[in-house]
Amino acid sequence: MKHFSVLRVISKLMIPVILLFALYVQFHGDFGPGGGFQAGVIFASAFILYALIFGVHYARKVIPSSATRILLSFGVILYTAVGIAGIIFGGNFLDYNVLGQNNIAGQHIGILLVELGVGITVAATMITVFFVFAGQES
Amino acid sequence: MFEFLTPHQAILIVVIPLLASPICLIVRHSGIAWLIALVASWISFAIAINLLNQVTTVGPISYLLGNWPAPWGIEYKVDTLSAFVLLFISGISSITLIFARKSVYFEIAEDRIYLFYTMFLLAFAGLLGITITGDAFNLFVFLEISSLSSYVLISLGSSRNALTAAYRYLILGTVGATFYVIGVGLLYQMTGTLNIADLADRMPELSDTKTVLISLGFITVGIGLKLGLFPLHVWLPNAYAYAPSVVTAFLAATATKVAVYVLLRVYFTIFGYQIFNKLVIDELLLVLGLIAVISMSIVAIFQTNIKKLLAYSSVAQVGYMVIGISAVTVTGLTSTILHLFNHALIKGGLFLALAAIFLRIKSVKIDDMAGLGKLMPFTMAAFLMSGLSLIGVPLTVGFISKWYLILATLEKGWWPVAIIVLIGSLLSIVYVWKVIEIAYFRPVPDKSSKIKEAPLSMLIPIWILVTANYYFGIATDYTISSALSAAKELMGVAL
Repeated sequence: MKHFSVLRVISKLMIPVILLFALYVQFHGDFGPGGGFQAGVIFASAFILYALIFGVHYARKVIPSSATRILLSFGVILYTAVGIAGIIFGGNFLDYNVLGQNNIAGQHIGILLVELGVGITVAATMITVFFVFAGQES
Repeated sequence: MFEFLTPHQAILIVVIPLLASPICLIVRHSGIAWLIALVASWISFAIAINLLNQVTTVGPISYLLGNWPAPWGIEYKVDTLSAFVLLFISGISSITLIFARKSVYFEIAEDRIYLFYTMFLLAFAGLLGITITGDAFNLFVFLEISSLSSYVLISLGSSRNALTAAYRYLILGTVGATFYVIGVGLLYQMTGTLNIADLADRMPELSDTKTVLISLGFITVGIGLKLGLFPLHVWLPNAYAYAPSVVTAFLAATATKVAVYVLLRVYFTIFGYQIFNKLVIDELLLVLGLIAVISMSIVAIFQTNIKKLLAYSSVAQVGYMVIGISAVTVTGLTSTILHLFNHALIKGGLFLALAAIFLRIKSVKIDDMAGLGKLMPFTMAAFLMSGLSLIGVPLTVGFISKWYLILATLEKGWWPVAIIVLIGSLLSIVYVWKVIEIAYFRPVPDKSSKIKEAPLSMLIPIWILVTANYYFGIATDYTISSALSAAKELMGVAL
């Protein structure tokens, strides 16, 4: 669809905004509506929009399958690692209190990292699912 | 050095395979992925042994995730029943993984092998999670983790039929999981809690309400789909027949057993056995179990694909477990819990032997097995000995669980049921004999005279399981005392 100049220009304008909004939803999740799951989907939608307008081939160059596979796993590992960090610092699994200087700081760090893990995995999953279906003919 | 981890065993047993799984995905090397899976599984097995020891000496263990107190946060709870189930799931998985390397290399394209181990570990972590969690919704999450990964495992099978089989399992499995979650949702609506112990506390005063009874119905049907309860078993034979051999061995030995565990947990821990006075699910289970034993054994006799034959026999064996539940007595539950363990050993041994045969003759059709008794003597001997255990010959584990089942039925005065159970055993002689006859008494055809014995890395795991079949059939103290105390816990009888 890249010979439609309106679509091309608007999507190029929108993609940075979508990515920024995803990051806002991600990191503002502690204080307002949002969190890793929603942010991951919004983040992935920017890539999907790019693939729709400019073609899956170019989108694959932006984020190759090796990258999505590593991100896919990294999110899960990050989540689990935060849980195990709780054990190492003397609490239970996923006990955020022990991660910071006091309980509140610990809860902040814990939920931020766990949600980041969720966000990364969800974004990578959405992108992978889209690419797998979109790239089927080739 | 690792003492500080001791109180965290209940979570580590699930987290270690769960963490190993994405690492396999990153590594992308078939050999290393296998090694990671093997190590993770053996660590879980060691923890499971430790947990069972701890539970039998000091009593149930409770672990609070994130240190949130129990009814609000998620609690992991290990009692005798869950420790017992954890033990054989992790044991079977550890032994299957030793076996898996060569078998998987033969059956799955090399660039997909790392995906196989990723999914295997996820399925394994899911099954352990179902068993250990003390939270009804967390149980659903693990149910989905293990189911979704087992759909993928089945679809990795080499024939195109594997895709249809996996798809069919996907549809029915999703219906099952949805029914379970609807049931849990109704319970949540009535009680406002998802913690299993807390649900159990609130259940007696609510057990007259329609909502609770409907929830029981939904959960029974949902889990019934997962465990292959008689009319809901249609996905099972094809899924087992077309999955890669190792997957069949692993799923047949663990997945349906865990579903039976969930059924026990829901009926006896959450609702309490008194619920059967309000809703006659026990009689329904009895009838379905009896039909399963007879009809599925007969169907098994007419199969020419041995994987399917054993799959139908698995549905029949689930029938025995369900009959044990339907007795609603300590002896009945003991027989069910024993049979969970024993059937895992039996079917694990049979399917692994079959996988070794498939490696050599590239077929699981009964006619291609002619003369295998001479060509692959150790593998066929293992098949024969596990087959005897399936029939329930004395000195095998199969005998022990059938003995307890018959005791339970006679205790209730159900002598016709006892007779049907015995007829089921006779029928299993027929289908096991069918394989043995062709393998031992037909001459070796010319085309297969070059077939060699299976490699040692396969024979050792097979024979570990076969030996376990006889060891636990003779030295029965360990399994029977665990099953008995688990059954007493479920029935609320003093230990």
